[in-house]
Amino acid sequence: MIKQLALAGVLAMASGTAYAQMVEIDKNPFPSTYKPMPSGSVMIRGAHVFDGVGGEMTNTDVLLQDGKIAAFGQDLEVPDGTSIIDGTDKWVTPGIIDVHSHLGVYASPGVRAHSDGNEVTSPVTAEVSSEHGVWPHDPGFNRARAGGVTSMLVLPGSANLFGGRGTVLKNVPSRTVQGMKFPDAPYALKMACGENPKRVYGQKGGPGSRMGNFARYRKSWIKATAYKKSWDDYREDYVKWEDKQNNSKDDKGKDKKDKKAPKAPKRDLQMETLMGVLDGEIIVNMHCYRADEMAQVIDMSKEFGYHVGAFHHGIEAYKVADLLRENDTCAAMWADWGGFKMEAYDSIRENIPLVHNAGACAIVHSDSGVGIQRLNQEAAKALADGNKAGLNITQGAAWSWLSSNPAKLLGIGDKTGALKPGLNADIVVWSGNPFSVYSRAETVFVDGAILYDRNDKSRQAVSDFELGQPGEGDDK
Amino acid sequence: MSIFKKAATAFTCLGLAIATPGLTQTIAITGGKVVTNTAQGHVIGGTVLIQDGKILAVGDNVDIPDDALRIDASGKWVTPGLFSPLSQVGLVEVGAEASTNDTSANKSTFSIALDGVDGFNPKAEAIAITKIEGMTRIAVATGAGANIFSGRGFIADTSGALNSITKGKAFVSVQMGERGANIAGGSRPAAWAYLRNALAEARNYRPGREREDALLTGPDALALKPAAEGRMPLLVYVNRASDLMTLVRLKRAQPKLNLVAVGAREGWMVGKELAAANIPAVIQPQDNLPGSFESLGSTMMNAMRLHKAGVMIAIAQIGESFNARLAPQQAGAAVANGLDWDVAFAAITSTPAKIFGLDDQLGTLAKGMTADVVIWDGDPLELMSSPDYVFIGGVDQIMTSRQTKLRDRYMDLSNARDKPFAFR
Repeated sequence: MIKQLALAGVLAMASGTAYAQMVEIDKNPFPSTYKPMPSGSVMIRGAHVFDGVGGEMTNTDVLLQDGKIAAFGQDLEVPDGTSIIDGTDKWVTPGIIDVHSHLGVYASPGVRAHSDGNEVTSPVTAEVSSEHGVWPHDPGFNRARAGGVTSMLVLPGSANLFGGRGTVLKNVPSRTVQGMKFPDAPYALKMACGENPKRVYGQKGGPGSRMGNFARYRKSWIKATAYKKSWDDYREDYVKWEDKQNNSKDDKGKDKKDKKAPKAPKRDLQMETLMGVLDGEIIVNMHCYRADEMAQVIDMSKEFGYHVGAFHHGIEAYKVADLLRENDTCAAMWADWGGFKMEAYDSIRENIPLVHNAGACAIVHSDSGVGIQRLNQEAAKALADGNKAGLNITQGAAWSWLSSNPAKLLGIGDKTGALKPGLNADIVVWSGNPFSVYSRAETVFVDGAILYDRNDKSRQAVSDFELGQPGEGDDK
Repeated sequence: MSIFKKAATAFTCLGLAIATPGLTQTIAITGGKVVTNTAQGHVIGGTVLIQDGKILAVGDNVDIPDDALRIDASGKWVTPGLFSPLSQVGLVEVGAEASTNDTSANKSTFSIALDGVDGFNPKAEAIAITKIEGMTRIAVATGAGANIFSGRGFIADTSGALNSITKGKAFVSVQMGERGANIAGGSRPAAWAYLRNALAEARNYRPGREREDALLTGPDALALKPAAEGRMPLLVYVNRASDLMTLVRLKRAQPKLNLVAVGAREGWMVGKELAAANIPAVIQPQDNLPGSFESLGSTMMNAMRLHKAGVMIAIAQIGESFNARLAPQQAGAAVANGLDWDVAFAAITSTPAKIFGLDDQLGTLAKGMTADVVIWDGDPLELMSSPDYVFIGGVDQIMTSRQTKLRDRYMDLSNARDKPFAFR
């Protein structure tokens, strides 16, 4: 971890070195304290498997060891001390990853005091971070886990042009947000297109139109570009200066040492987030419904040299799926929501499969504490509608909308999202085909530990809030 | 087969039915798994015979007239059309655009006098997208007006015809619980006091002899009268167990009232009391979050437990316009959590018909019933099933919508330069 090393500077001086060290910004001041729960070696025997990256296999064994996926295939050998789960008639999949959740920041119950997801004080609030709004006792986390969700991106809302940072969480019970933070996952930046910002700020100083939206995005990116340059320059100047200190005599033996080290730029939280995007360290996730707006945002990203990770909601993604493919930008979508506002009017039921079919990265997202519990069902509807319209997408391929594509977008694809040996054992055992309305998640593993078991009350988390309330510990 | 292609097929094989809106042509749907919603149960390989907009016969031993148009439904499911017990389909085009939204009118002088039929647009986008998912009848409720009461709801079909009202002035609805408390002045007691007073005023209302201290306007009192006298269902939005018990007490005090609980999230806690009071419930089974302090007991077990306690349940995507069509997924969730399939399917077909007094015409496949019939490519509650054919009153429906047309336009993104999408 890199810190603003004032203390180190003092020590350096005390030990005789005459100058302070280069100032660097701590990019991770709220580090993850997540530790996987203890887990043994588990074999799920003879199950139907979607591997999350397009494959579908029958009668397959899946071996989980030390919190990782150790192996999967036919007739695996059972290591000593392995507990066996009979997978006959069961389906095994990678855990579902929701890239658009407001759990914790709009917690249940939805009372006013729980409204922590939109910093509706300015259209540009890139300085806020969803992690500071998350209430870890939101009962919605437990419901989502019972629906097979093992990780999620908790985003600020879409009132602002720059809503703030989003945080990737492991869906585990915890007293603290840090205890849920997905280790080493990058932050997201939530941005918003279209109607919401102009509706919220139209009577409050603007933006009041889509034109105003774009002007403010660009003004902010111009400022961020300058801010980034100030840090890049500082670092460069510092290295030059340091170099001089180390070779402090010129040819004639004259001391050319500068007295003062270059001064670090003033910190600016808002600009630090945008600089993180320009440096490729923070991933842009942008709420955007209309196809024409997506095309303009892509041009803007090229103007300032950043990449848009995904358009969220993407109601009209099907109209520009080729553009999304060419720019390696995902669309995170609902199966069948629409109609609630003008920019959602052109919703179609085949949006997700058409984006997939065009070779772009399709993701099923929820934006809902209810929807997050059945993202598999949303994928099923979209898949069926796409195929009925003439596409030919397999169920195995459709599972990539729920696990590997989301993982890739969030920058955790090397850790989770697929049944691949070595990846985290974030796994769901389903009572039947998860594309059936009658199937339910039975066992949910996070890093190899059982964090939900439908048949074992001792493995069903009850949030602090629900203790002593009607329905405490009930089947939900 | 695409829905588009399927529609083309429908034109081909049912050319007559389309050309002459079809009522004289006898239609025989053969070979399917017929879900009757009657004592006849499921008839495997059964025939449904339709003539003059009605069902002529249902069974596995039906004589098919020689001139009947046959539709082979082998491997398919044949069911009554779905019936939403509570929606806003046709009252709104784009939710956030007030100019297109006739769901509520909290600045109006009137409440119950507002007649939802006056806001209904059979040409709304939501009508076709609802219909092609197999939903042929919708109960449509307006939202709150000047007080806790909404206007009068109605029942319509989803044919899109300008005369598609099945039953106007079919019910009144009223907001209780947290929302009602807020509207009525700030507390639950205020809302219940308002409701009891309104029922009394309506019952005692005599045109031309209005009382000077009346809280309801004359037209509102007149509109509420049938519900106050138990001749029209009164739908009450209520979720907390204690609020449901208040509803039960209201029914005990005024047994003639035809009360229906809407929401009923904690209904399972008072199932026996609701059943004894003969109060059915319109529920949304997927609601399992403690979204408010009046729904802390929410669980997907609600449907199964209410049924077990003897409560008649109807299932909806409550109050939806665009997505009223998702009722089968809600019903499926109830089945996944213990409800019998037939009860769940009845909850989106025949039970709503019963609640609105239309069960002598709708909700079942039996001789003499209105021929709202859907042929599905699989179990209608399953996520991956969808209708191949929809009949409303015996008329074969065109299976396209604004959505399917947008889809077809953008299905193939190649050659965008040669042929603009607007020419496709």
